[in-house]
Amino acid sequence: MPPAPSSSSAATTATASSSATVAAMTAEPCEAVTVAALFLAFLKMGLSGFGGVLPWARRGLVEERRWLTEQEFAETLSLCQFLPGPNIVNVSIHVGARFQGPLGSLAAVCGLMLAPCAIVIGLGVLYSRYGQIGPVRDAIGGVSAAAAGLVVAMGIKMVKPVLRRPVAIMFCAAAFVAVGLLQWPLVLVLLVLAPLGVAAAFAEAAWERRRRTAAEQGRVAQ
Amino acid sequence: MSGSGGGGGNPLAVLASHFVLLSLVAIGGANVVIPDIHRFVVEGQGWMSGPEFAQLYAIAQAAPGPNVIVVTLIGWQVAGFAGALVATAAMTGPTCLLTYGVSCVWGRFRDKPWRKVVQAGLVPLTVGLVLATSYILTRASDHNLAGYALTAATASVLVMTRLNPLWMLAAGAVLGLLGVV
Repeated sequence: MPPAPSSSSAATTATASSSATVAAMTAEPCEAVTVAALFLAFLKMGLSGFGGVLPWARRGLVEERRWLTEQEFAETLSLCQFLPGPNIVNVSIHVGARFQGPLGSLAAVCGLMLAPCAIVIGLGVLYSRYGQIGPVRDAIGGVSAAAAGLVVAMGIKMVKPVLRRPVAIMFCAAAFVAVGLLQWPLVLVLLVLAPLGVAAAFAEAAWERRRRTAAEQGRVAQ
Repeated sequence: MSGSGGGGGNPLAVLASHFVLLSLVAIGGANVVIPDIHRFVVEGQGWMSGPEFAQLYAIAQAAPGPNVIVVTLIGWQVAGFAGALVATAAMTGPTCLLTYGVSCVWGRFRDKPWRKVVQAGLVPLTVGLVLATSYILTRASDHNLAGYALTAATASVLVMTRLNPLWMLAAGAVLGLLGVV
């Protein structure tokens, strides 16, 4: 059991592009990562990322700056997906903390958020001023239909691994029905579903372990 | 800004308290809380219409940056500049502190098997919530068959190719302008 996590994450690393693997092997904290460098790096990532910053974060942190190895990035991401809140914001906090403590986190998160927030507020000003004009309204209506498609695509991509586990399908469907179809409050739904989902995952893991031990004992008996 | 802690009727206080609560259950990021924000600002508070909500989401998608800036835009629509600040701070502040705290002790439980099991239990919920978001946004934005067709076409293109999503948003703008959707 202990070697499983490390070997599986090694496999993930190996499936990444070969140039990235080379970068990961040669990565070393060559120069000190300053507070200003953190701010600028996350500023650039935030401004590059249309419809999601995570791919740009990997590129910026692992390939361009070599602040993290591929393995470290995967671990950072896994922590940040585990915690509540926007994943990329959590990544900025974690990476900032690692190099420069609280000040580093502050610099990284400000670099990430300030420019995009200013831009989106600027767009909001334009929207409230011109949004009701016929052609503008029609165009934004079209964009919103396409934007809904972006989330549909994200959902389809994410649902594939879930379909391999019957218990996971059940919880996925329950969350969809409760929050999407019935529009129940998210906090209440998760207060019920999250503990049940985690309990089910523990039961599943225990069952899997017992099945594997039984299989091994069977082999030994032969 | 400083008065955001006022009475229950103050939109800033209502926004702040709801978004802080939501941020703490936002496992998987901004996209899992969209259905609840829709429920809250459209049906609960009546601060905007369904199509307006879908349009704000679309505008945030067309801007660079983390997906969470949709919350900034919704706050701005509800209560102007102060609303944008309060909504963004409420949605990111508490989880930033939590992440910082956990970062410091992360080494201690990083390799514990229970962490993977807990994550395996939560991922299906995240996926279900992203699907709920796609359902809510499709319902809110599409009012005719052509609209549903555009949503479906966008989804298929993005599942099957690596095309930059901005092209599909641009195509949506053109089709909207032509009066097709």
